[in-house]
Amino acid sequence: MSQQPHMIGGLPPEAQPQLYLDGVSRAFDGFKAINNLSLVIERGELRAVIGPNGAGKTTMMDIITGKTRPDTGQVLWEQSVDLTMLDEADTAQLGIGRKFQKPTVFENHTVEDNLALALKGDRSPFAALFYRAAAKEAARIDELLGIIRLGDLRRRIAGSLSHGQKQWLEIGMLLAQDPQLLLVDEPAAGMTDAETMLTADLLKSIAGARSVIVVEHDMDFVRALDCKVTVLHQGSVLAEGRLDAVSAMPEVIEVYLGR
Amino acid sequence: MAASRLIDRRMGIFLAGLFVLTVAVPVGNLWIAGQPVPTYLVALIGKYLCYALLAVALDLVWGYCGILSLGHGAFFALGGYAMGMYLMREIGARGVYANPVLPDFMVFIGWKHLPWYWLGFDHFWLAAIMVVAVPGALAFVFGWFAFRSRVTGVYLSIITQAMTYALMLAFFRNEMGFGGNNGLTDFKDILGFDLASHETKVGLMMLSAVALAAGLLLARWITTSRLGKVLVCLRDAESRTRFLGYRVEHYKLFIFTVSAMMAGVAGALYVPQVGIINPSEFSTANSIEIVIWVALGGRGTLVGAALGAILVAGAKTLLTGWFPELWLFALGALFVLVTIALPNGVLGALEGGIGRLRRGTPTREAEA
Ligand SMILES: Nc1ncnc2c1ncn2[C@@H]1O[C@H](COP(=O)(O)OP(=O)(O)OP(=O)(O)O)[C@@H](O)[C@H]1O
Ligand SMILES: [Mg+2]
Repeated sequence: MSQQPHMIGGLPPEAQPQLYLDGVSRAFDGFKAINNLSLVIERGELRAVIGPNGAGKTTMMDIITGKTRPDTGQVLWEQSVDLTMLDEADTAQLGIGRKFQKPTVFENHTVEDNLALALKGDRSPFAALFYRAAAKEAARIDELLGIIRLGDLRRRIAGSLSHGQKQWLEIGMLLAQDPQLLLVDEPAAGMTDAETMLTADLLKSIAGARSVIVVEHDMDFVRALDCKVTVLHQGSVLAEGRLDAVSAMPEVIEVYLGR
Repeated sequence: MAASRLIDRRMGIFLAGLFVLTVAVPVGNLWIAGQPVPTYLVALIGKYLCYALLAVALDLVWGYCGILSLGHGAFFALGGYAMGMYLMREIGARGVYANPVLPDFMVFIGWKHLPWYWLGFDHFWLAAIMVVAVPGALAFVFGWFAFRSRVTGVYLSIITQAMTYALMLAFFRNEMGFGGNNGLTDFKDILGFDLASHETKVGLMMLSAVALAAGLLLARWITTSRLGKVLVCLRDAESRTRFLGYRVEHYKLFIFTVSAMMAGVAGALYVPQVGIINPSEFSTANSIEIVIWVALGGRGTLVGAALGAILVAGAKTLLTGWFPELWLFALGALFVLVTIALPNGVLGALEGGIGRLRRGTPTREAEA
């Protein structure tokens, strides 16, 4: 593996990374969307990933979740599971939850049902066929509706929600899955400033017990997250550190101003 | 009417209508002097009910899961052939060649022994199992490969059509041992009941009504379960469903197989009522017609699909009686018209219309 600028260096022996990407590359028709990318996410860490359009942020999440297979490189979950061998359903069952860049909810189901279908549980067809609603789950749904503040709309068809409300619902679905790692792709798009700050607080409160990777363009939001930032550019890590530090780096400034 | 999970308003009304039909038709045919319901009509209604069951089967996969199968004509035909094989063996020595074991067509092409896959079909119970097992197994194997390779949309439709076409070519061949292009026919009786008698025809029609009701309730039970909700999820946002940890291909495989079995039952009830099964049942036009029934009646409503099948098949009987050459044009025109004017099918339009009358204001809200 070639040395990358501003990488955090070799792993300390006592580190217990939740997720470990090592020298990952992926090309689409010869174009390297991900280029020798290495990344370490500690258990319970909150990490922001920024970078210009097309930097490979979404593709990185595709690789972690098994949607896209890397051409080369290693993706390790809890130091033992090779994620490159798994698909989306496997990684979800393993405890990796994902919010899409374009908010995607089940438009023909109610808000409540969207959450119920996302709740952690047996995903097999036969379990679903004979499923009976349990009181414990109803309580959890109430709790989630409170967190995403859609309690009044619980019986509304999700397709009728506004863009921002769908964002919240999808965040709620992500929480319902009770994942170990949350991959959150541009959660603040379509939200008001106040909502954006609420989202930042929510993600901060989630981290610690779980690991969270957030991709976002909104710098106020990233600042509010108050966490380590990774700058992606042309499919690899350009810089890593506190937001103030990385945004002062000449190469980062060039990437952001040069587009 | 109290709405329960299985029997909502529309289901209640449809089942009530079906019940009235299953009582009125036998009474009108067998017991009222002057026979206001002629026997040919009994068989015709029985046939429509089989089509309705077939439409419900397709609605399960297309309406709820987004799989536009053009293979349901094949599952229907396979169920029909399984029943036809039993009916052929039932003929026994009453055939033209009076061979107690070999059906006439086998004697005709010079076969000396019954092929292995015909063994046991003299037992009704085996045929009854095969009626669901053969279409189910084919759907399972086909679906296993197709869904695992994530073939979706129009490509999936095309390969289901290719499967159906291949089966048609195979069944046309005499060497297959299914009677070639003549198919299986000249049936005499079923379980000892004379197929030509009024009573048997009435019995088969009633059985078809029961099968349709059972099929509707089973479909409703599935679609109102959590599994049914997951099907709608993967129809609308397949990728999202995967990322929640659902094995989309398993769900598709389940519903595709159940649906194929239902289509097989419909075919098995159809064959003794029309008296013949031949490879034309595998034709492209048949599978497309099923899609039209469902689209016309109202996709994703179950009851609408059944209604669509009965309406279109009824219209076909009338029109082909009057102007045989015009039917395909009429069907095409009907399809285009309904798609444009009634996007939610006949059922959607009916319910929308009733809703507007109730409120007394002609709003377009119901279509929103
Ligand atoms: N399936 C694919 N096929 C072809 N090209 C792809 C595919 N997925 C991603 N790409 C390309 O890879 C590059 C990285 O895309 P990606 O979506 O990861 O960027 P991003 O950092 O998320 O950008 P944005 O901020 O605009 O969301 C882009 O040039 C994109 O066109
Ligand atoms: Mg992106």
